[in-house]
Amino acid sequence: MKRAQILWPLAALAGLLVLNIIVTPSFLSLRIQDGHLFGSTIDILRNGAPTMLIAVGMTLVIATRGIDLSVGAVAAIAGAIACTWIADGGNAVTAMIMALGVCVLLGLWNGFLVSVLGIQPIIATLVLMTAGRGVAMLLTEGQIITINDSLYSKIGAGFVVLPVAILISLAVLGGVALLTRRTALGMLIESVGVNPEASRLAGVRSRTIIWTVYVFAALCAGVAGLMISSNVNAADANSAGLWIEMDAILAVVIGGTSLAGGRYSLAGTLVGALVIQTLTTTVYTIGVPTNVTLVFKAVVVIAVCLLQSPRTAGFVRERRRRKQPSVSVPRPQKVGVR
Amino acid sequence: MVDMRGISVEFPGVKALSEVDFRLFPGEVHALMGENGAGKSTLIKALTGVYRTSAGTIRLNGRPVAFTGPGQAQQAGVSTVYQEVNLCSNLTVAENILLGREPRRFGAIDGRATRAAAAKLLDRIGLDIDPASQLGSHPIAVQQLVAIARALAVQARVLVLDEPTSSLDSDEVAELFRILRVLREEGVAILFVSHFIDQVYEIADRMTVLRNGRLVGEHLTRELDRLDLVSAMLGRELSTLEEVQRRTSHHAPGTEPVLQARGLGRAGAIAPFDLDIHAGEVVGLAGLLGSGRTELARLLFGADRPDTGTLTIGGKPARARGPRSMISHGVAFCSEDRKGEGVIADLSVRDNLVLAMQAARGWARPVPRRLAEDLVAEYIEKLDIRPADPGAVIGNLSGGNQQKVLLARWLVTRPRLLILDEPTRGIDVGAKAQIQKVVADLAAEGMAVVFISAELEEVVRVSDRVVVLRDRRKVAELAGHDVSVSDVMSAIAAQSGPVAAVAS
Repeated sequence: MKRAQILWPLAALAGLLVLNIIVTPSFLSLRIQDGHLFGSTIDILRNGAPTMLIAVGMTLVIATRGIDLSVGAVAAIAGAIACTWIADGGNAVTAMIMALGVCVLLGLWNGFLVSVLGIQPIIATLVLMTAGRGVAMLLTEGQIITINDSLYSKIGAGFVVLPVAILISLAVLGGVALLTRRTALGMLIESVGVNPEASRLAGVRSRTIIWTVYVFAALCAGVAGLMISSNVNAADANSAGLWIEMDAILAVVIGGTSLAGGRYSLAGTLVGALVIQTLTTTVYTIGVPTNVTLVFKAVVVIAVCLLQSPRTAGFVRERRRRKQPSVSVPRPQKVGVR
Repeated sequence: MVDMRGISVEFPGVKALSEVDFRLFPGEVHALMGENGAGKSTLIKALTGVYRTSAGTIRLNGRPVAFTGPGQAQQAGVSTVYQEVNLCSNLTVAENILLGREPRRFGAIDGRATRAAAAKLLDRIGLDIDPASQLGSHPIAVQQLVAIARALAVQARVLVLDEPTSSLDSDEVAELFRILRVLREEGVAILFVSHFIDQVYEIADRMTVLRNGRLVGEHLTRELDRLDLVSAMLGRELSTLEEVQRRTSHHAPGTEPVLQARGLGRAGAIAPFDLDIHAGEVVGLAGLLGSGRTELARLLFGADRPDTGTLTIGGKPARARGPRSMISHGVAFCSEDRKGEGVIADLSVRDNLVLAMQAARGWARPVPRRLAEDLVAEYIEKLDIRPADPGAVIGNLSGGNQQKVLLARWLVTRPRLLILDEPTRGIDVGAKAQIQKVVADLAAEGMAVVFISAELEEVVRVSDRVVVLRDRRKVAELAGHDVSVSDVMSAIAAQSGPVAAVAS
């Protein structure tokens, strides 16, 4: 992985943290209560867990040159299914299994449209993005369904020293990193993303790979949806996971994975997701007025993207060179070729 | 007109050009010669501002210039046609020719004027196609000529042609040269890069030879004979470039063929044909551009699905259900379209080399790191891939070296039948001889090879048997040691007009 690409997002993250510490000196302080860690940083991790999880799935989809806009809607559907089932007196485990099962089906649908029918991913997933919220509304009959189930509320609000939600997200991220980098899956995903036709002619199962990443992305979205609804003990078909696809895509891009497909970086996605969530939290802690929140967010995101772009890097290098033209660099005599 | 001095270009870890001088005078055709990776394309890109030079000066008409991009270079009168066609296939021919400088009317593009202007330019180079047709609907060769028309659309004083002839057949080359001569008369300075030495001697007035990113020398074409040129390019004597010997066929008649096609065909691509290919045999496919060579090969590999006929491999019927199933039958296919269907540009040489092997193993069983390293090292050495760095991104390699990696990609899968579509196109004599030799060796070891090339001499030299195609139909099969280029040519030309060979 290219070091420089993850450097700037890390710097942005560090900058945001420093800003927070200046504004609220107690920002980094952690305290232990009933064996749980509490503190602002822990809140960031907990609130950022769904975005991070969705961003992991999104990373793989984007690596194959695709995009999945439907993740927010899928998250809403997952929450709606689980909550309606529990509200009707069902068991929490069955509720979750059912919700995730439906998410797999939705992922299969997306993957089918993209890999078999060859519809452009942005259009194919747009279908479910719009239709999905409608389905969630139907399930909840337009109501916000509140539930009270101690097992279910553990996913989003529970603690095992750290919040359960972030543990799940980190476990999935680590698992995917291991799975794709220890096996050849990562390389095959990248090769499909860089050049689908060449990959097909080399015997790569492009279709299966593409199909699989959409199913995986939908599954991640489903789990994230359970986290969101469990955190508030309610299913809100309208606002659960709203715009989360944008945050996830941003996290992936900030992390240095190109939207053009190909090389991807899960470590980058992790940092990217943290940047996004820290940013959201910072907006509240430093008291940015609500009406300029989005503008503030946009400025930071633009700054990170600019710093990362190769063109800016080249421009900076050029400026530096111009500043010291008199220094004669001894020319290495070794010829690099061969 | 152009004067480049002490030009150096560096990429991370690689010094692609080191203190090269280059001059170009108005009204001359100047050939830039060198092996793959010698730095020809890099020098051109340094001139046109695609790459930044790390040292040296460039003067255009005596004034120092430093273009920051091809657009700027073009405005200064330096127009470039690249090796791979760099046009938008989804736009029309006219839109491509005038892209970025369309005639405007009330701020909007004037479609009629665009087409008229394009038609005039096409007329100037004698290309009879409809300017309103979509570019992608034309064969690559025509697209190449359109690219040249595009370069002429600006009042170019310097025209840079990087491998313009590699996808043209002989008539089209003659046509191109006619245009170049006209432009030379008009005082345009033309920089010409080609691997076809005959063509260089036919058109060039002067040549500059590069090797390993360094300048070897500048010569008048009439003062440097071919042998001297080749040894200057290679930096070694010609003895190592021995001609590939014609081999006698190893297969005994009656041996079960590796591949047997009966009535295989696809509407609009190639008429149904029969073909047997035996182990240890090189079968050449010869024919003009668009005669169905590639289409036939793609059917054998399952890249396209046949409408009719059957395919038997190793005595067992093979339903062509796509490349993957044919690969499992031991068939391998190197596409003619290196960029579009060959390399995975962003990945390393190592990943590209093991890709087919990895795909066949499935994702769950990665090729062990150790084995991958050994294989890569072995083939870098065997095929002389440069730079010899397994971690190098393949997109940064020169065309010939990319081709060698693609060849290695299939060789590591130990196929029974290897189909090579134009494996030597656009690559230099040294690499060409190397690939021909590898093909001969593979056949001697018992592999069946299908060899496609636009160069008839090469097909005849390499093959045991030549299958001749015309107008998307198999028209002849010539076997035996005494098949000559003229035999093949007369088979191709049996009905159509006369053909001149494009020899290397």
